[in-house]
Amino acid sequence: MIQALKMAMKSIAGNKFRAFLTMLGIIIGVMALVILVSLVNGATGTVTDTIAKMGSDLITVRISDDKGKPITLDTLDGWMDTEGVGLIAPSGTATATGKYGSTNATFQVYGATPAYEQVNGLKLLLGRFLKASDVDNHTDVCVINEAAAEKLVGYTDCLNVEISLSGRKFRVVGVLEDDEDSLTAVFGADSLVAYIPYTTLLRLSSTVSSTITSFSVSAAEGSDLAAAESAMRKLLMDRFDEDEDAFTLSSRNIMEAAMNNVTSILTVLLGGIAAISLIVGGIGIMNIMLVTVTERTREIGIRKAIGAGRGAILLQFLLESVVLCMLGCAIGVFASWAVLQVISIVVSSLGIVFSLEWNVVAIAIGFCFAIGVIFGLYPANKAAKMAPIDALHYGG
Amino acid sequence: MIDLKDISRVYQMGSEKVYALNKACLHIEPGEFVSIIGPSGSGKSTLMNIIGCLDTADSGTYLLDGIPIQDYSERALARVRNRKIGFVFQSFNLIPKLTAEENVELPLIYQGVPRGERRERVEAALARMELQRRAKHLPTELSGGQQQRVAIARAIVTNPSLILADEPTGNLDSRTSEEIMEVFRELHSQGNTIVLITHDNDVARQAERIVHIRDGQLSEGAL
Repeated sequence: MIQALKMAMKSIAGNKFRAFLTMLGIIIGVMALVILVSLVNGATGTVTDTIAKMGSDLITVRISDDKGKPITLDTLDGWMDTEGVGLIAPSGTATATGKYGSTNATFQVYGATPAYEQVNGLKLLLGRFLKASDVDNHTDVCVINEAAAEKLVGYTDCLNVEISLSGRKFRVVGVLEDDEDSLTAVFGADSLVAYIPYTTLLRLSSTVSSTITSFSVSAAEGSDLAAAESAMRKLLMDRFDEDEDAFTLSSRNIMEAAMNNVTSILTVLLGGIAAISLIVGGIGIMNIMLVTVTERTREIGIRKAIGAGRGAILLQFLLESVVLCMLGCAIGVFASWAVLQVISIVVSSLGIVFSLEWNVVAIAIGFCFAIGVIFGLYPANKAAKMAPIDALHYGG
Repeated sequence: MIDLKDISRVYQMGSEKVYALNKACLHIEPGEFVSIIGPSGSGKSTLMNIIGCLDTADSGTYLLDGIPIQDYSERALARVRNRKIGFVFQSFNLIPKLTAEENVELPLIYQGVPRGERRERVEAALARMELQRRAKHLPTELSGGQQQRVAIARAIVTNPSLILADEPTGNLDSRTSEEIMEVFRELHSQGNTIVLITHDNDVARQAERIVHIRDGQLSEGAL
């Protein structure tokens, strides 16, 4: 066995350029497989992490048809007492021009309730968030994010500064920490955000009405999101005459699941394409092995004459093809690693790191071995089956 | 040692049957040096293939060291070739990518002889052929006579019962041929059984016994 392995290595080393060309198919196939799958996994890993960090304990509800029973802040307050349901925060949003001194900037203004802070996982840097009394009294106070403070006011520590939003004066009562990992950071970096009492937003914007069409729900303490979701669904079904089409319920979990679904489909798809190129590489190996067998017919005859059995010849040629495949695989994996390093450096500004996915490498190794055996078997068998006298007299 | 009885081998040439061997009989004792001589087309090669277990007869019996060969499987025949027969061919038939010593080592590898013993035996066989200094050379770097001596070293390294030579001097000039024949005489004097197949009377004459082959049949006799 070891001798046969040595013979195989020798035979490959004896014709390096041809061996390299033969392996090229396998090398490219392995690179395609490992790089594509690693890229998909690396990219989606980063995105999924981000989604997971945004808190998976959030359900978003959208009302499309309120059947003449509009939902108001009071309705939401009532629902918060329901078993399994945690906090509920309405989402109303408008754009406004923020003004401080002579500085102008476009703001995304959210109408919020005290619950909003916790439901959406906001972190305060300075001051306080909105209070129930602010909502009840339609107070003109706002909480802005760090980016907004720096861009509009000029410094972060801007509590009690008065800014104007759509011409209305607001006192800054809190500054939020900018979360690098949050959705806004990923999808809308540096956007300026202000949170004002929901009731105040009604006066500021004509597009937001007292009828709430969209709100977020968190799970109750010690209860999971699924329980909150089913409780919420029941509440909505009761209210809207068992009409499922009147509203949509979506949780971040669903987003994560959908994301995972997309990833796995993508992985299988790309993996499949790469596998096809590996099979093409295998056919290349088989082709060259067949040529090799014909070329070395005389050698096979000599070996058989001096006592090599069928098994020894079969093993010799099979090992040659397996060694070719595994060598190609090793080169391919190494090249993939190099390419992934380069890609990681090029896109390092995105904060995405691509590394070799070891399970893909394992799959590639297994696949290459199988290809070496499957596509080597036919030529090796052809060599082993040759009659010694015919082989000896081949070509002279 | 070799006992061929009524051996026939038929080739189908189109619709015609050609008897390469027709009820050939031959008996060879251990230690004999036998030449088989005949013109081309006389069935020489077929006889050599059958004696060398490269081919099997269509009918008749062949006993090698008392073992009936004709019933053997392909695998068993490979074993017999490996252990009992040493081949020397007209065209040397060395493997071009292997050095002289690797060529000589090959039959021992197929026997499964351990590495250390292999080294020793290869060295000894090459020394007997006075080729120690050529051990690391490739066949293409050797002269015809040297190549044939490597082939003989490969044939004797397994201590075979029978050395089977097929026109061993056919590709060599007369002086080198003389050298090679000297090697065979010496091997014979050391007690080896040698069967030499040739069409050359001068070569055949060197053996102690001569067998003629004509139209697939064998007959004893002098030249």
